[in-house]
Amino acid sequence: MDGLSFTVARGEIFGLLGPNGAGKTTTIQLLLGLTTPTAGEIRVLGLPLLENRREILQRCNFSSAYVSLPSNLTVRENLEVFARLYGVADRRRRIAEVLELFEISDTLKRLTGALSSGQATRLNLCKAFLNDPEILFLDEPTASLDPDIAEKVRVTLQRIQRERSVTMLYTSHNMREVEILCDRVLFLSRGRSVREGTPAEVLAASHAESLEQLFIAIARDGDVRDVSAPPGGPGGEKEADR
Amino acid sequence: MIGRIVGLLLRYLYLYRRSAARVMGVVFWPVMDLLVWGFVTSYLEKAAVPQPVLFLLGAVIFWDVFYSSAQAITLSITEDIWGRNILNVFVSPVRVSELMIATSALGCLRALASAALLSVLAALFYGFHIASLGLALAPFLASLLLFGWAVGMMTTALILRYGQAAEALIWGVPFLIQPLSAAFYPVSVLPAWLRPVALAIPATHVFEGMREVLAGGAFPAARLAAAFALNAAYLAGASAFFVWMLGRVREKGYLARLGLE
Repeated sequence: MDGLSFTVARGEIFGLLGPNGAGKTTTIQLLLGLTTPTAGEIRVLGLPLLENRREILQRCNFSSAYVSLPSNLTVRENLEVFARLYGVADRRRRIAEVLELFEISDTLKRLTGALSSGQATRLNLCKAFLNDPEILFLDEPTASLDPDIAEKVRVTLQRIQRERSVTMLYTSHNMREVEILCDRVLFLSRGRSVREGTPAEVLAASHAESLEQLFIAIARDGDVRDVSAPPGGPGGEKEADR
Repeated sequence: MIGRIVGLLLRYLYLYRRSAARVMGVVFWPVMDLLVWGFVTSYLEKAAVPQPVLFLLGAVIFWDVFYSSAQAITLSITEDIWGRNILNVFVSPVRVSELMIATSALGCLRALASAALLSVLAALFYGFHIASLGLALAPFLASLLLFGWAVGMMTTALILRYGQAAEALIWGVPFLIQPLSAAFYPVSVLPAWLRPVALAIPATHVFEGMREVLAGGAFPAARLAAAFALNAAYLAGASAFFVWMLGRVREKGYLARLGLE
């Protein structure tokens, strides 16, 4: 990452967007303290991350399509373990609540490895909500879901965000989903920020018709430009000169 | 803190209920070791080697305590890497010390379970009673557990740094130590130039002390003191190495990559 600076407001769903290798996942890993930055400062919940990592992690959670819960434990066992790690009070009740929230209560006694990919993804989200987090880091949470389940997950996330003002940092390659969910977005390319604002602001600034069109332009040119101009045309030169 | 340690411990214990491979680690391999060495020592006894059954059976049981202790730590972490769960653990508010205590406690439970089983079988099949070691038994076992933790911590640090490429160390490191620690023969059998290396290993003093007690010697206070002093140094070094390596792994972004290997 290079020269990246952004702020996310409380209760906002903030989309970190960009092509593969842009730095979305790395940004989340930096914010979770998995990777230590070589320069600069990271503040989460108003606190410097390096000095307050444990307190911050206690109030956050994380779910990724690329990270799994142990397949050889049952759903209940997995959630019980993580409820203990996060110091959740009344674990049994909380586990029942999060399973109900994502409509997989019937999987409680099943082995995690025997779940469908949709159920496994929702179980990851259950884990992420166990400690009632103030900030939720979601790395492509709907990547493996069919459209029906993905829609249900989106609706649930929106409802939770409305009811509990949970701040969400969200990465996704599904630009339609981003347009529906995110209050603001940050486009990254090659580790740098190239456009930030509400989806409408970003589209207006880029003269793009959709986030998908803008995404493709950034993926191909590596930098933002007026997407109404042809590749390599005036828009691209202007941006390159900047 | 206790709740999180219990949580981590449960996470690892649950696996044992339905994993034949893990049950084999506790029961099958140690029993196979005991049987093979038992028959070998029976043969040696007939060949008029003094006290061979006691020496070798005691060594097999003691070796398994060290091996189980070290392996429980490394395998627990490695299984979380294999299962892509390691990032879930590292983004939870778990301290590194809590993770180490939980895996060390698992090592202790696993080692004691194996030792108890082997002790019963050794008594039944070969008439070897581990209790004949008397007062020295508990400190011997404690010393081997501590050394296992130190080795487990150092190996885990290397696995966090080098990922799957370093996984062979889980099984390789203990067997690298075995010939040097004089588990099945006295240090005097080793070449003279190798003896200082052997004596720098805590387990060597335990095995030497065990042989002395079984041969009718007194409580091996000096041996145990040396073993515990070395263990303190190894544990301090292993802890420092682990913390330093984890810092390096975070700086370089290897930890994040590890979870996605």
